[in-house]
Amino acid sequence: MFAGRDVRTDFPVLHQKVGAHPLVYLDNAATSHKPQVVIDAVSRFYERDNSNVHRGLHALSMRATDGYEAARARVARFINAASPAEIIFTRGTTESVNLVAQSWAAANLRRGDVILLTEMEHHSNMVPWQVAAERAGATLRYVPVVGDNAEHGLDLDALDRLLTPEVKLFAFTHISNTLGVITPAAELCRRARAVGAVTVVDAAQSIGHEPLDVQSLGCDFLAFSGHKMAGPTGIGVLYGRRALLDAMPPWQTGGGMISVVEFGSSRWKPSPERFEAGTPNVADAIGLHAAMDYLDGLGRPEISLHDHALAETAYAALAELPGIRLLGPAGRRAGLVSFALQDAHAHDVVTFADQDGVALRGGHHCNQPLMRKLGLPSSVRASFYVYNTPQEIDVLVRSLRRIIQFFRA
Amino acid sequence: MSDLTELYQQVILDHNRRPRNRGRLPVANRVAHGDNPTCGDQCSVFLRMDGDRIAEINFDGQGCAISQASASLMTTQLKGKTAVEAQQLYDQFHRIVTTGEAPEEISDLAAFAGVHAFPARIKCATLGWHTALEAIRSPAVAPGTGGVGIP
Repeated sequence: MFAGRDVRTDFPVLHQKVGAHPLVYLDNAATSHKPQVVIDAVSRFYERDNSNVHRGLHALSMRATDGYEAARARVARFINAASPAEIIFTRGTTESVNLVAQSWAAANLRRGDVILLTEMEHHSNMVPWQVAAERAGATLRYVPVVGDNAEHGLDLDALDRLLTPEVKLFAFTHISNTLGVITPAAELCRRARAVGAVTVVDAAQSIGHEPLDVQSLGCDFLAFSGHKMAGPTGIGVLYGRRALLDAMPPWQTGGGMISVVEFGSSRWKPSPERFEAGTPNVADAIGLHAAMDYLDGLGRPEISLHDHALAETAYAALAELPGIRLLGPAGRRAGLVSFALQDAHAHDVVTFADQDGVALRGGHHCNQPLMRKLGLPSSVRASFYVYNTPQEIDVLVRSLRRIIQFFRA
Repeated sequence: MSDLTELYQQVILDHNRRPRNRGRLPVANRVAHGDNPTCGDQCSVFLRMDGDRIAEINFDGQGCAISQASASLMTTQLKGKTAVEAQQLYDQFHRIVTTGEAPEEISDLAAFAGVHAFPARIKCATLGWHTALEAIRSPAVAPGTGGVGIP
């Protein structure tokens, strides 16, 4: 409930049964559902305004361009960027990180430099840096997570030792998709800046759940996806500080990103066009605009409170189950809970829960090195969003009790 | 729950709880490792081939009940079989898990017929088999050298 309103009615996909049971969708960290206003915005674009952007002078093309650029300006407002020129549309978080790992790294990373990451990075904020480091002859360092179940989050004391002047870039997640750890992003950015390191914040798990202001965070880059924040798939954002973007070379070339092309060579447009070669994903940018309006309509501080409360309730209820191992902090955590059951493997749990209509995720959650460190082949994750309810947590817990009983019998 | 009791037959639960022929095999002269990168299941198969015949077979690994039970049951079925017979048995098993139809003469493997109703789990059931067939095809190694097990 938000301001006394049942937001579940906004999400058509929720009103279905899986087998004989109502859908209980707890896989929001993988992707969230879309409210009708987002679905309508995308449909309306195709029904009325569909056209290519920027180069057309006819009515539809101008409407499409206006819609696309309005979406960019809306993103800038949503994260309090200094200018829409700092907003680059991508396919998603992964592409946003890859853009920095290719373009920024090509211009700035040298042999002997260090890239600092954390042990709880999603593969999408780890593998691009491995490749960039290998290309430049740079090395990687990791901020460790602390505790047998990573319950103490990042080892901030180790930062002084790790964050040395050789560190040219520090990339870290704002919220761990497996642990629910919320990193002290502003502090990490401040400490990175003190040694002259550029910061990249993976906001995939935070953008739709927490108020977020890039200027008060003090980050240099920030990456996120539309589909985890009630928006469409296939659209994401890279925020970059203007001064950094202007000094970066293109990473993909072609139409839309050039100012002058001659047979021998070409010159580039400034950001953001420099980084958006080819026809962009206009429809889904417009869908993302509607999603941001929707989330601000609910209130992001309210969303944050709602998600945290559900995670807290779930954590407490799950802790009662026999043979459960809960990952991440017991206290303040983002809206997700990961766990392993002594009696049943994650995939068996997910298959069982699915029979009760409960959608969970089981596996390594694109955190293979972290899971290895925790000595777990896999875990189960329940992740929450605006439309989830405490009653759904009851359904989850009942389902898990049946699973444990079945495998213990 | 009815589909689930079809999926998790007693035979499967039993093999999951008490896996047969589990652990590395020091005398193995063929070894292969397999994994399902999407879910993190891992399996190693150790064979002592005597000519064309599987004289001994062990598996090691970690994963869900379906993958572990399937690998365990597989070892009991493949011991003593030739390479060709192993392939034939796998073909039968594959038909069972994809169609749900099991010929009467292969009663134990028929326990996996319920998998066909869960397409996402077919790769769990076949992981051990794929790894075993790869081990059979792989070049011989000196006993004790290939048995590194799960990396």
